[in-house]
Amino acid sequence: MAAFKHPQILIASNLADGEVVFLGPSGWERDHRRACVAQNADEAAAFEAAGKRDVSANRVVDVYLADVEIGGDGAPTPLHYRERMRVKGPSVRLDLGKQFPGSAA
Amino acid sequence: MTAVDLRVAQRPNAPVTTYRYDEYDAAFVRERVAEFREQVRRRLSGALTEEEFRPFRLMNGLYLQLHAYMLRVAIPYGTLTARQMRRLADIADRWDKGYGHFTTRQNLQYNWPKLVDTPDILEALADVEMHAIQTSGNCIRNVTADHFAGVAPDEIEDPRPTAEFLRQWSSLHPEFSFLPRKFKIAVTGAEHDRAAIMVHDVGLRILRNERGEIGYQVVVGGGLGRSPFVGKIVGDFVPREDLLAFLEAIMRVYNRFGRRDNKYKARIKILVHEKGIDEIRAAVEAEFAAMDCSVFSHDPAEFERIASFFAPPPYETLPAASSALRTAKLETPAFANFVDVNVSAHKIPGYAIVTVSLKPIGGIPGDATSEQMRVLADASERFGFGELRVSHEQNIILPHVKQDDLLALWRMLEPVGLATANAGLVSDIISCPGLDYCSLATARSIPIAQAISKRFSDMSRQRRIGKLGIKISGCINACGHHHVGAIGVLGLEKKGQESYQITLGGDPTFSASIGEILGPGVTADQVPDVIEHLVDFYLAERAEGEAFIDTWRRIGHVRFKDVLRREGEDGADI
Amino acid sequence: MALISEGRFVEDSWRRLADEEALPKTGEVIVSLPRLEHALEVLGTESSLGVIVPNTTEPSSLIQALPRLQLISISFPAFSDGRGFSLAALLRRAGFKGELRASGRLVADQYAHAIGCGFDTIEIPDDLADRQDEEQWRVALNTYSMSYQRGYAGRGSILEARRRAARS
Repeated sequence: MAAFKHPQILIASNLADGEVVFLGPSGWERDHRRACVAQNADEAAAFEAAGKRDVSANRVVDVYLADVEIGGDGAPTPLHYRERMRVKGPSVRLDLGKQFPGSAA
Repeated sequence: MTAVDLRVAQRPNAPVTTYRYDEYDAAFVRERVAEFREQVRRRLSGALTEEEFRPFRLMNGLYLQLHAYMLRVAIPYGTLTARQMRRLADIADRWDKGYGHFTTRQNLQYNWPKLVDTPDILEALADVEMHAIQTSGNCIRNVTADHFAGVAPDEIEDPRPTAEFLRQWSSLHPEFSFLPRKFKIAVTGAEHDRAAIMVHDVGLRILRNERGEIGYQVVVGGGLGRSPFVGKIVGDFVPREDLLAFLEAIMRVYNRFGRRDNKYKARIKILVHEKGIDEIRAAVEAEFAAMDCSVFSHDPAEFERIASFFAPPPYETLPAASSALRTAKLETPAFANFVDVNVSAHKIPGYAIVTVSLKPIGGIPGDATSEQMRVLADASERFGFGELRVSHEQNIILPHVKQDDLLALWRMLEPVGLATANAGLVSDIISCPGLDYCSLATARSIPIAQAISKRFSDMSRQRRIGKLGIKISGCINACGHHHVGAIGVLGLEKKGQESYQITLGGDPTFSASIGEILGPGVTADQVPDVIEHLVDFYLAERAEGEAFIDTWRRIGHVRFKDVLRREGEDGADI
Repeated sequence: MALISEGRFVEDSWRRLADEEALPKTGEVIVSLPRLEHALEVLGTESSLGVIVPNTTEPSSLIQALPRLQLISISFPAFSDGRGFSLAALLRRAGFKGELRASGRLVADQYAHAIGCGFDTIEIPDDLADRQDEEQWRVALNTYSMSYQRGYAGRGSILEARRRAARS
């Protein structure tokens, strides 16, 4: 396992509809602001184990940890631009994806 | 979400302009839908793991992308009827978000379908004789063809009967559905290559020999991606009689000997490169010789049956040049520009081929809304025998429009943003979806295309620059064909930031060449500046009638590199 | 291991012989490829002989042995590795008439492909058989009424059907 450098959240895709989901306090959340944040390697490992269980249970796929920083509002923001895209939606269609509340599937 | 009536009326007097399913084709596609419905059910129940399911969902065109699933629908050899286009619009409204994306391989992608809805979408496609079979996966992919097939003046034979024949042959092939990697076939029957056959796994060029017989030049091992190669000739003239057996032989050699230890070395281009074309040719010929050719030999009746669907529509007898068109061009300059740039010569006097650009200035290349799709369907019925084409440049073609009707067509397209007069010009940019949608991407590509397009928004400047292909990919897999752009842009990640590598001198036609790298990567903001410098230098240096690629070939790559170096020293922001 | 034949889970009458096991004089045994030459020498006609081969085997290396083999089992190192399909087709072309078996983690969705290339039976590990029960294999066998190719076994060919329809 890679060294723990930043707080992390667990990202996955919902199997049945494909939407991006985040591991929250009681299951998977569609809003990253409700994601649980791992503050150390042990917590991150526990997240991954939970993710693996839900892959086996055919709830989610493509589960992985993403480094985040905690913003002023307390919400985790991914450090990498790829995951920032995933929590928002396409940068060329601001009317689509999570960034546009009305478009939630 | 509004319910959409998915019953489709077949216009009784619409001419047949493309292949129509018989009872066997119809049954096959329905069975494929039923199979996928069952596969989805088994996936959700856990009978299939994701690893097991993945190849089967991919072989039905279903990916899992950054935000959602993505469904890639096949538009075999790029031909669509008005009825089919309307169905694509209806699906976009009912199960997606009101639009679709036309790709560089004559497919349409929906960006937001749900896994659980996909079987219903496939059922709706099957109603109009469409499917998503083998638009992805390590199998023989959707067979593409010249988008001017059947109407180009430079054509030896319409490539679509061959492509349809191969579509059927490759569908759920028992032996060649678990190949080392994907396998793409393109066919052209013209003297000018509009199907990029030199950069496909197999490219077929229809030829006529001195005895008047039809055959195929077979090119193998072309491809873009991480290691770009121009294909090499494996068969100079394969008679139609032998085509299927010859292809079976190529596939068998590839299936057995293609590398499976490294997915980046698994395409047939690597096998051809590592073994050499002579060894591959010998292996293919040996396999061909050992085959029971009676099984695979050409079936003229079947070929004729297929070809009959592609018979020319009932053209009128018209003068070669339309006086109405001449008058309209004089009266309406914007229309004249559209005709000069987007209209190509047709083999029938009085008719024209119209390219409808899906590249509005600042728009997303290849995207069309459901409203635009319906207007295109209507336009094709009013002015073009109800037939449409999709080009690998991500545009829509109306292949048979009377010159007399061009003005009325333009007036119909203009209000819905479909009359941009930029076909083949600097803003007619090929772009993959990039990191805005794609989970493989390393950088965004659409915003780069938009920025370049806006930089060159002055249409008279674009016309002065002339034909110039800019192609953008958001990762090394090269779906945006950047290697064969006269100017190519490749988005990469460099130190946690998006970075863009620029190449010059790519060419997708028979004179194919792979672009050469200009220099170190630049930031997204710098890309339009760099391209503008390159274009200005070309304008200053070009000889009479020279396209960008010709000037680059004549004066050489180094001169273009020098421009950037000089500009950099002068303090320009690049 | 579970064995699938004609859409059913069946008893396997063949025994896969470990390389350290002695060759029995009678019965149906499957030996590894390195052991084949020796087995052919010592075993008489009262034994039924099968061999399990890697999917990279050159078919010509088996030509001599074909008339004496009652079974050839082709290993699939991964279900997505399609080399075994070509090897099966080539062995059938070479005239092999015995049982062709695909051995590995094949999924039910590949059953028709396997039949098309000349396989008779599929041998899968038990954990896979637990998830993909007999019903799924039976359904997979009957998913398609016909196929587009000629020269492959199994389902009828659409091309042949069109020819017949055109003649009548």
